[in-house]
Amino acid sequence: MINYIIKRLLALIPILIGVAVIVFLIVHLIPGDPAQTMLGERATDEALQRLREQMGLNDPLPVQFWRYVKDLLRGDLGRSIMSNNPVSAELAQRFPATLELSFFAIMFAVLVGIPAGIFASINQNSWFDNLSMLIALMGVSMPIFWLGLMFIWLFAVELGWFPPSSRIGVGLDFTPITNLYVIDSILQLNFSALKDILHHLVLPAVALGTIPMAIIARMTRSSMLEVLRKDFIRTAYAKGLKRKVVIFKHALKNAMVPIITVVGLQFGVLLGGAVMTETIFSWPGLGKYLVDAIYARDFPIVQGGILFFAGVFVIVNLIVDLSYALVDPRIQYE
Amino acid sequence: MSDSKKNKVMKKNTNPWFEAWRRLLQSKIGIAGLGIIIFLILVAVLAPVLAPYNPFEQNILARYKAPSSEHLLGTDEMGRDILSRIIYGSRISLQVGLVSVSLALVFGVGFGLLAGYYGGKIDMVIMRFMDIMLAFPSILLAIGIVAILGPQLKNAMLAIGIINVPRFARIVRSSVLSIKESEYISAAKALGAGDLRIVFKHLLPNAMAPLIVQTTLSIATAILEAAALSFLGLGAQPPSPEWGAMLSDARSSLQRAPWVATFPGLAIIFGVLGFNLLGDGLRDALDPKMKNV
Repeated sequence: MINYIIKRLLALIPILIGVAVIVFLIVHLIPGDPAQTMLGERATDEALQRLREQMGLNDPLPVQFWRYVKDLLRGDLGRSIMSNNPVSAELAQRFPATLELSFFAIMFAVLVGIPAGIFASINQNSWFDNLSMLIALMGVSMPIFWLGLMFIWLFAVELGWFPPSSRIGVGLDFTPITNLYVIDSILQLNFSALKDILHHLVLPAVALGTIPMAIIARMTRSSMLEVLRKDFIRTAYAKGLKRKVVIFKHALKNAMVPIITVVGLQFGVLLGGAVMTETIFSWPGLGKYLVDAIYARDFPIVQGGILFFAGVFVIVNLIVDLSYALVDPRIQYE
Repeated sequence: MSDSKKNKVMKKNTNPWFEAWRRLLQSKIGIAGLGIIIFLILVAVLAPVLAPYNPFEQNILARYKAPSSEHLLGTDEMGRDILSRIIYGSRISLQVGLVSVSLALVFGVGFGLLAGYYGGKIDMVIMRFMDIMLAFPSILLAIGIVAILGPQLKNAMLAIGIINVPRFARIVRSSVLSIKESEYISAAKALGAGDLRIVFKHLLPNAMAPLIVQTTLSIATAILEAAALSFLGLGAQPPSPEWGAMLSDARSSLQRAPWVATFPGLAIIFGVLGFNLLGDGLRDALDPKMKNV
């Protein structure tokens, strides 16, 4: 297993290099002058010249590429045009907000989607089964940003149950440490802040988690249905085992591999969805920052942000692959 | 019935495509999907006849009118009729779906054939490149491409096409690999068939079933992706009645006029649902083994 992990980690290196190359090429090979694009049509020649020099755009492409790789290896993603702060610091500051949102969204998706899928599969063709599959089908056809807008309209504007935007109410006594607000507030035993933070989290997390929830429910159902038809399930019942034991211990465990796969794949969808959800809920995470950077034509941020998202995505996929062995001992890695 | 006619009927019935079409017509979801898509195409073609108003015509006196008999789905901040805009928007969504997926199809099939048929180094280079593209969450790669190319519908279609190439390449490659070594391919080679003939006459037709399914499902995601890009201001630009762009305009008026945000979203769901249903139906019809996968 350890050998396999090392092998997989080594195999990541060329992929990550490739990702870095593509991001570099997107910015540098496309016709047009990045400095001009960044500063707009009306920029003066001096300003353009200054920016080109600052970004090293006057050097030949291979020189630029070499410098980019060298900087990248040192964790240096350049400086933001907007703030002049290092890109890595800007990204690191905002990532916890995205992580927190994604975590609660995937928790919601898993905790609702898997039980719903199991329940639908053991009551195949019941009204619950049909309804949940209809919701799942709508879920895969729905734009996440529309769902977010509808949530804001219904639960924030009309009913007033939840705040429509941001991570925490104004005027609350709270000092972030790790920027993972939930953890910070627990560490500080600041329960009034914790309540407020969770209150702010509900709408965006549920909006972001709904579509993955629908897909996970659909996959759980079809994977369970497949296992429930197998001979060993009949044997388990014949042995006189309780229904609960058969379903959770025998069936679910065997149905888990495709479910984990889809949960992992959904994490990637979630990262993309975070861009939209954060924009709608004014959530100060990486996704919203990336969109703001695009509007501001802050290319170092765009470049670094996409690279960062891709890196997280690749690592999550690896973790998903490795987790198969935990749920299914038949899977052995060489 | 004359003999030749009889032969024709017999031949038709044993044709796998005819068989698949028959199965599709028996599947409820396939029919529902097909119905929605035909409806959408009719709406797009007949837009000038169906739309009660000019989708671009502004009327400051009729801003934020709630749905009524005069404006069935209400009006937006510029007093434009939302129903008319949604009707014209169907043209854009269908166009985006077709153009971007055709692009992905052409390049994806090309790369997949090259990689699968020639194997070796060509295969390795192409497929590693595809792996790298798949290492990006797809909408983020599209956002990156459009951010650099500039926010236009044309560039959004290009970006969506690019991010969908790897999926097609993988399907074609695996299908080519599965039959490349079959005896009938060796036989064709022995008979002196050239590479092109083998690829287009024998290998590609074998990949058709999964390709058709993937194309249909990809149109659904392409419409969603284009709406997302337009919503972020990176796709269709105002005053274009693209459904995602209409939602972007609606953000500021949620409290005052929720219908401005509601109906374009429902239109997106309807269109995407059509292609998803047809894709599911086609999958069941073309390859019963793939059911529920």
